[in-house]
Amino acid sequence: MGLTLTHFLVLGAILFSIGLYGALSKHNAVAVLMGIEIMLNAVVITMVAFSAYNAVPKYAGLLTGQIFGIFIITVAAAEAAVALAMVIAIYRKRNTVDVSDIDMMKW
Amino acid sequence: MKLEVFIFMYIATVLFWIIAVILVGSALLVVTLRNIVHSALALIAVFAMAAGIYLLLNAEFIAIVQILIYAGAVTILILFALMLTRTVNLAFNSNPTNRLSAAAVVICVIVGAAIVYAVTSSTHAVSNVASNTSQLPPGINNVVRIGQLLYSPTDYSYVLPFEIASLVLLVAIVGAIVIGRED
Repeated sequence: MGLTLTHFLVLGAILFSIGLYGALSKHNAVAVLMGIEIMLNAVVITMVAFSAYNAVPKYAGLLTGQIFGIFIITVAAAEAAVALAMVIAIYRKRNTVDVSDIDMMKW
Repeated sequence: MKLEVFIFMYIATVLFWIIAVILVGSALLVVTLRNIVHSALALIAVFAMAAGIYLLLNAEFIAIVQILIYAGAVTILILFALMLTRTVNLAFNSNPTNRLSAAAVVICVIVGAAIVYAVTSSTHAVSNVASNTSQLPPGINNVVRIGQLLYSPTDYSYVLPFEIASLVLLVAIVGAIVIGRED
C-alpha cells in the first residue's frame, strides 16, 4: 500500500532496458533515436523520483532532481534536432538510413 | 491515518499501476512493431504516460514540459524524418532488427537486472534510506519554486547553467540548419 521510491526506480530501470534494446538492435537510424529518447525519459523519471522522495530534509525544497530533468529534456531536444538533421543529410548523400550501411568512419 | 489521506494514497497507487503498465507496454510496442510509423505513434503514448508519472511525483512543471517538448515537438521531428527518409514499403517490415538482436536482449536483461538489484536489494540500496516525500514551503508551488531556482540571481540558483542551456539550444539550431542544408 502506498507508493515508494522503489516503484519509480524499478519502472525507470525497465524503461531504460527497453530503450537500450531499441538502440542496440535496430537497422533504421530513426528507430535507434527513438530508443535513445526512451532511455533519456527513463533517466528523467529516475531523477524526478529522487527529487520527490528526498532522504535529506535540508535539501527538500531545492528540487535538484527536477532541475536536472529540465536540463536533460533541453539537451535531448537539441540532440534530437541535430541527429535527425544528420540522418536526413546522410539519406540525401547515400540514399540509406540503415546504420549498418553507414560505415564511412569504420577503418 | 485519516480517511482522505488513505483514499488519496489508494488512488495514487492504482493510477501508478495503470500508467506504468501502459508505459511499459507502449515502450515494448515501440521496439517491436514492424511498421516504423506505428512505432513513432506508440512513442507518443510513452511520452504522455511519462508525463502522468511526473504528475504522480508532484512535478507539474516537468509534466507540462514533457507534453509540450516530447509529445509535441520531438515526435513531430521524428515523423518528419521518417517521411523524408522513406526507403522501403512501410507495410512490409519497415523497422527490422539486426542479426545481433538476441544478444541485445541478453544485454538489456542483464543491465535491467543489475539496476533493479542495485536499487532494491544491494547493501547500498537507496530505497532503504529515502522514504519521506519532500514538502515545499506553504504558498510556494512547484512552478514557482522552479522559477526561483532557475532565474533568481541572489538565491542558490541555476542561472549560469540555464544561460549555457540556451547557448546549447542556439548551437543545436544553427548546427541542424548547417547539417541539413542542401549544398
